[in-house]
Amino acid sequence: MSDKKPLSSVNDFVVRFANVNGSGSASANEMFARAILRHGVPVSPRNIFPSNIQGLPTWYEVRVTEAGHLGARGGVDMMVAMNPQTWDKDVAGIEPGGYLFYDSTKPMPSSKFRDDITVIGVPLTAITNSTYTDPRQRQLFKNIIYLGALCALLDMDPKLIEQLIGEQYKTKEKLLSSNVHALHLGRDWALQNLKCPIGLRVKKSDKVGDRIFIEGNSAAALGAVYGGATVCAWYPITPSSSVAEAFTAHCKKFRHDPETGKAKYAIVQGEDELASIGMVIGASWNGARAFTATSGPGISLMTEFIGLSYFAEIPAVIMNIQRAGPSTGMPTRTQQCDIIACAYASHGDTKHVLLFPEDPAEAFEFAAAAFDLAERLQTTIFLMLDLDIGMNYRLCRPLKWDDSRQYDRGKVMTAQMLDEGRDFGRYLDVDGDGIPYRTYPGTHPIKGSYFTRGTSRDRYARYSEEGSVYADNMQRLVRKFETAQDLVPRPLQANAERPTKYGVIYFGSTSPAMDEAIGLLEARGHQLDRLRVRAFPFHSSVASFLAEHDFVYVVEQNRDSQLRQLIVNENGIDPVRLVPIVHYDGTPITARFIAKAIGDHHDRLKVTPLRKAVS
Amino acid sequence: MTYIAKPKFHHPGLKKNELGYTHRDYEGKISTLCAGCGHDSITASIIEACYELSIEPHRVAKISGIGCSSKTPDYFLGNSHGFNTVHGRMPSVLTGANLANRDLIYLGVSGDGDSASIGFGQFAHSIRRGVNMTYIVENNGVYGLTKGQFSATADRGSKSKKGVTNTDNAIDLVAIALQLGATFVARSFSGDKSQLVPLIAAAIGHKGASFIDVISPCIAFNNHAGSTKSFDYVREHNDAVNRLDVLVGRDEIAVDYAPGTVQVVEQHDGSTIALRKIDADYDPHDRLGAQTFLAKHAAQGQIVTGLLYVDPEADDLHAHLNTVDTPLNMLDADALCPGSAALDKFNASLR
Repeated sequence: MSDKKPLSSVNDFVVRFANVNGSGSASANEMFARAILRHGVPVSPRNIFPSNIQGLPTWYEVRVTEAGHLGARGGVDMMVAMNPQTWDKDVAGIEPGGYLFYDSTKPMPSSKFRDDITVIGVPLTAITNSTYTDPRQRQLFKNIIYLGALCALLDMDPKLIEQLIGEQYKTKEKLLSSNVHALHLGRDWALQNLKCPIGLRVKKSDKVGDRIFIEGNSAAALGAVYGGATVCAWYPITPSSSVAEAFTAHCKKFRHDPETGKAKYAIVQGEDELASIGMVIGASWNGARAFTATSGPGISLMTEFIGLSYFAEIPAVIMNIQRAGPSTGMPTRTQQCDIIACAYASHGDTKHVLLFPEDPAEAFEFAAAAFDLAERLQTTIFLMLDLDIGMNYRLCRPLKWDDSRQYDRGKVMTAQMLDEGRDFGRYLDVDGDGIPYRTYPGTHPIKGSYFTRGTSRDRYARYSEEGSVYADNMQRLVRKFETAQDLVPRPLQANAERPTKYGVIYFGSTSPAMDEAIGLLEARGHQLDRLRVRAFPFHSSVASFLAEHDFVYVVEQNRDSQLRQLIVNENGIDPVRLVPIVHYDGTPITARFIAKAIGDHHDRLKVTPLRKAVS
Repeated sequence: MTYIAKPKFHHPGLKKNELGYTHRDYEGKISTLCAGCGHDSITASIIEACYELSIEPHRVAKISGIGCSSKTPDYFLGNSHGFNTVHGRMPSVLTGANLANRDLIYLGVSGDGDSASIGFGQFAHSIRRGVNMTYIVENNGVYGLTKGQFSATADRGSKSKKGVTNTDNAIDLVAIALQLGATFVARSFSGDKSQLVPLIAAAIGHKGASFIDVISPCIAFNNHAGSTKSFDYVREHNDAVNRLDVLVGRDEIAVDYAPGTVQVVEQHDGSTIALRKIDADYDPHDRLGAQTFLAKHAAQGQIVTGLLYVDPEADDLHAHLNTVDTPLNMLDADALCPGSAALDKFNASLR
């Protein structure tokens, strides 16, 4: 039947599940990914879901990668086609030689299949209906039954899946045993009726190490707990809502007074994003560490307050879990498309600090650091995640905390300092770093109070509309932003084996795809030095990197190469030397895409000697 | 006069309150509003109320939005921190500030444009949440700083200074506050300090969302015939249901009231409100009754003033969130950070 040799690979393939949203498939699919991890084999799963609760198509993609390539790969080696709505497209998407797994209860015409793939039919509905009578049970256990069949087909150890079921239903004995039963129903059927295993196999390995499996949003929320955030105000918006929900869960676990049971935090679901950022500004003004989490449309609504934070110099932390824009855009698709919107958010001359974590581990670290930076710099700090790292489980190094670490509460003048006669000017640059002292409300009966305004004031916070006073303040804010350059996480550089005139700049969730692409490019004979930018304002090493290379590719997930624009604008360099490599269809960028785009451009750059060209 | 710095000296015999502060200690900078502005009378009433309550001035946080009314926090309590925020967003900033430090007194000052138009949502939601605050709207029915446009509290049929008739229905913030569960609701008139001062004092003593709508005529743009927010109109149509005395601490009820004419309300801060009834049938503990009473009188063109509703058993957002007694902004890393051992355990649960 097959005119193409079936794919054969151990611990290196992509399985995609095509499901109907709301059918309970997510937990079975996630268990599949976790089971492979338990084999000691790294996986990188991605949920591709619609903006819908029930009925629309949803996919779950698991990249099995012993080599540890955690970016999306592109292509599908095995399709678990459980959704008739997307059947044709799903079948068409399988790599030649790949595998199609489907529910064969009802016969399908041969025109619905392909000749160059291996078709594996399991009568899932028939098995389910003969075992269960309750409709909801039928739906849920069907998922576990296909998991059991896959276990046999991919040569996975069923004990490891049983172990996971055991952990999930620790306290629910009945559910535990019925899930294990369903697993074996599927596995036994496959073993008896199909040739197991197929060419794609999972073999035990030791490549996971001590790494953890966590969503970026949860890690960022935990970073906020560790970073001392006490006030969280938010408004539901995909893909950021799970930040606030995770913060709530973490706080319930870690932030209740053991004696009184009272909460050492306050979480308020605002009526909109304006109220959310307003509460953050109010709480920070009053000396608490506060944050909000949102996505593009929320940032748009918050911009007036962001300007206030910049000009009145009030700390704030905004976690922006980016999604495809503009307007409502594609809420459930990933992009890095708010770089310009956040860097220059609000009217007037404004600039803001952005942090670009590459994975959940950095999301945790940068989230905690964001509160120190916000209070040190007395301004808004954006933690720029995206849907790809925010809402997907990602394998990353364990989270670490140094118990000797103290919070940097920034320049706060206390009652004692005021009593000692320290000169307090709210907007007075006493240290030459552009950062003034502030006082918390209620500090001292007669000293240190001031009136906070979004409009003009002098160094002592006295109202003034004088042009020179305004300009003086704006210049100090520039100095403060220069100070920020050396406080934010520095770029990380990795050089090619051989010296090269070509470089590449990338950031955030592009990281794993970029790392993998470097290998592909090297195989094609291209050497590239790499610089991963981790924050804005750019450290001086960004300018040095640009100076050291003739051409620098800037890889990012938006249409207008926004980071490149920012680099060109802030460094005043010739844009021709910065080559945009952009991916913006809402799917995560892949190594294949990067390697092709850079490779093709690079080939064109290579000067062919004239004699050779005409011969 | 506004260009003259306010002199610091004062009469040595100036009366002092329990804390030893004089009136002057509760004042702020010289007002830059128009001479005769109703808002300045409200400023004076706030100063008076804080003096009477012997509040430490620096323990008050004054928060406002944008507009004439929102400028006024600069003109009282000069030793308090103030925050002139964003148009219509005072309630959210105040809510956040309150979450950060439950021990301060929060005074939110806003206007009718700020609270009934651009900030209508934030007004409503801060009331719904029961933020412990005194929310004062200095209500003049017009946009003063932009020179006289109608605001959303301007009555239908009232005339602007330029002679335009307002065709939109008015928003009654008091009625909305009652509907949304405010636990202290009052209305007063900037021209009636004897009614307003005790209302502000009582609102400060109330634990929960206190809302006071103060009709405050705009001398420049809304004090003409045809306006329903002019001094003359409000004086003629003012229908006070009660008058208040706020009695602090040891000052037991010293005034002799005729039996049945006074209702006594104990407040969370230990003070007592003595309500002298003017309308014998009016019950300020009956939310539904208050709503009906207001609606009926509004239909007759009357402006009902006084303490319209109070729930002496009210609680606030901190109670709803069950937050610790220590202000959140005082908690240090020891109290907030779970530490590395907890993190190791957390990591182990993710493998």
